[in-house]
Amino acid sequence: MFHTGPPVVSVHPSRAMVDEAFKVQVENLPPGSPVTLHSLHQSEDKDYWEAFGHYVSDHRGTVSVADDLSCGGTYTGKEAMGLLWSMRPVPGSREGLRLRKLNVCIPQLVNISVYSGHVGVGFREQDPLASVLTERWYMAPGVRRIDIKEKGVRGTLFIPHGPGPFPGLLDMWGGGGGLLEYRAALLASHGYASMALEYFNPAEVNTAELELNYFETAFNIVRDHPQVMSDRVGLFGLSLGSIVSISLAAWSSVVKPRCCVCISGNHTHARGGTIGDVFNEFITNVHKVRMDENNYEIWRGMGLPIPDDISQKVDVGKINCPILLVNGDDDQNWPTVESAEDMAQMMRAAGNEHLLTRLEYPDAGHLIEPPYSPHFRATKFLKDGQKGYTASI
Amino acid sequence: MDMKQHCVKLSVQPSRGLVDEKFTVLVQNLLPGFQLTIHALHQCEDGHSWEAFAHYTANATSIVNVSQDPSLGGTYSGVEPMGLLWSLRPVPGSKTGLRLRKMNVQTPMGVTISVYQGHQKEGFLDQVLLASVVVERWYMAPGVRRVPITEGRLTATLFLPSGPGPFPGLLDLWGWGGKLVEYRAALLASHGIASMALDYLTPKETGRMVDNDYFETAYRVLEQHPQILGSRIAMLGLSFGAGVTLRMAVYSKGLKLSCAVCINGSHVQPIDGPLEQIMTYFNKNVEKTRFDEDNQLICRDLMLPIPTDPSLKVDVGRLQCPLLLVVGEDDQNWPTYESAMDMREMMERAGNSHLLTVLSYKNAGHLIQPPFTPFTRASTFKSVTIPPFTMMALWGGELVAHSRTQEDAWRKTLVFLRENLYGDMKPGALFSNL
Repeated sequence: MFHTGPPVVSVHPSRAMVDEAFKVQVENLPPGSPVTLHSLHQSEDKDYWEAFGHYVSDHRGTVSVADDLSCGGTYTGKEAMGLLWSMRPVPGSREGLRLRKLNVCIPQLVNISVYSGHVGVGFREQDPLASVLTERWYMAPGVRRIDIKEKGVRGTLFIPHGPGPFPGLLDMWGGGGGLLEYRAALLASHGYASMALEYFNPAEVNTAELELNYFETAFNIVRDHPQVMSDRVGLFGLSLGSIVSISLAAWSSVVKPRCCVCISGNHTHARGGTIGDVFNEFITNVHKVRMDENNYEIWRGMGLPIPDDISQKVDVGKINCPILLVNGDDDQNWPTVESAEDMAQMMRAAGNEHLLTRLEYPDAGHLIEPPYSPHFRATKFLKDGQKGYTASI
Repeated sequence: MDMKQHCVKLSVQPSRGLVDEKFTVLVQNLLPGFQLTIHALHQCEDGHSWEAFAHYTANATSIVNVSQDPSLGGTYSGVEPMGLLWSLRPVPGSKTGLRLRKMNVQTPMGVTISVYQGHQKEGFLDQVLLASVVVERWYMAPGVRRVPITEGRLTATLFLPSGPGPFPGLLDLWGWGGKLVEYRAALLASHGIASMALDYLTPKETGRMVDNDYFETAYRVLEQHPQILGSRIAMLGLSFGAGVTLRMAVYSKGLKLSCAVCINGSHVQPIDGPLEQIMTYFNKNVEKTRFDEDNQLICRDLMLPIPTDPSLKVDVGRLQCPLLLVVGEDDQNWPTYESAMDMREMMERAGNSHLLTVLSYKNAGHLIQPPFTPFTRASTFKSVTIPPFTMMALWGGELVAHSRTQEDAWRKTLVFLRENLYGDMKPGALFSNL
């Protein structure tokens, strides 16, 4: 029985967008007591993910994750959102998992609990002192989701609520393939009519037969939508999607993006060819692949050195819209920073460097995703329609 | 002044919140000096539309922030962060006497917030709409569970907070309108208190009104629930429910309350005999009710003057748990203020006034509800008597004062409940957004 009443854990706001911060607090603990804050999430694939931090309550019996220091766990220090971004599969899980939401219409549910003492394992076998559920949403209220299947293009369009018209975005993911909607849903929640584009099936990147005109058609579907401002449509890409964006911005006579955001992209491929050709060109130098200490494949060597021959690269001197390059210094998948440096030089020589903005983050990897997503140092990358190898990123 | 329509950016944060949480409404990308109207629209469960609106003029920073900038007119004026909710009123042409109450608490209240060009007063559907967002207002936090209760012939719904528990408990009573009104209990559960909304007025098969044992059964259900701390149970009542709360707190042997909250009620009632006697007492004095110039019924005189006869008042001098009285001084339905003063006097004489806290609010009316609930000065009221009758009841209160009262009273009610139900706790996270 409690003499002063049970501890209370609270998360504020209890329903938030995935890119919004929250405040986690515990109250009514005995002063100076060691406790563990724990987060638990069951993914759509039914895997369990967790994170935890070790704290000591203050003289009022309170722990505030945003203000206090975690002295151990899956994160340390003052980390308001550590319980989300440091999540990893629970012990005993399958290898190489990656947490990605496929159904963006319902929220991600995360359980936040407080346990007595500094616990590191066996959370499922113990009773927490208190726990609370919080919802993390990719779609704001009123955002509409529309399946797109026209002119051979497959994707999902997310339109913000309101009369419009809205600026538009074409959102393209990387070499894993399939259709990932979560970033486009989130962008629509920020006021951009965004289309997540599917351009090859999972694990079939090396046989993908699409050429640049597929992307031009997709761009125009967004541009011509009655609720989109036709002169304000941009490109947003990650990895292979960035490569497509840079290519379109430089070479397309059909589409005129208003701006480009390219995360972990590069410009080192020749003009022409299909997506499959581009991918296969990248991995021609397969002998340059190294393995790290966990037997994960490091591909970045395949992209080096950056060629001097301009015919082997996208002519970025021809880009005439603002372009933002976002890269991680520790990208093991591709030499994106070296590529960005070379692009800057090319643009300087061509006189359009004022359009370029580079953001480079120390110790960040290849998969730069929306905020607070769990970090993956390595995941399974499928190729040739079958289980491949684990790529280090 | 003309303005490129597509540049206006409207955001409301948070887009999904509990009904007692504040939000920030921001309009950006405006030209300095631009005139706009911010409009809120809600369609309630019975199909009626409610709206609020306010006029703003963008300053040199090209931003309008409803939390910081003054409304120059509309359904509210001045700096009012939450005015778009509490000043909601039925759209022109609606039926008279409407009241906004959510009966299905498992879905959110959807409010559409829009920006129109110019200072508009009416005919919004025909105006130039610049931007619009949808905001969800929830009575239930994630993880709160709704459990219908039927044991012991109770008509009740229990709301359990998120988590394993155990939690303190609370019995939640409404007033003369009857029916099972769940939203306050759902909201209290969202704040960590296992709360049971109890309908005690809708006539049962017997056709007779319930008595003390009904409430004792409800209390026992809470006490014996595996996720509820039997030693930490409170009772909260509004209007007639407040009178029942006082009666049970003082006279029931079966109830050991940690504390009680009475909103706009009275201790005046015949205490000998069953609960039904109260109906008889009211009927006897019914000629004391009167109508104002708008033909709205004022009931407050029914119980005035406060009797001196002890058999007509709950003996609050015998109360053994802390009591919070929330008083709307302009209550036209019950003599709340006079009753509270009399209760204080009784408790001072008996020596237990240290248990009493009175929160008294000028120009607040009878229906003191969770924060940002739209203010209703009068509405159609259907009694639970047999036969039932419908009338326009005057609740009292003035829009702005009453809305401020709802915010302040709720915050202080939550602090009071937390201190008494969770022990010696200082207010913290759960109130940071109120």
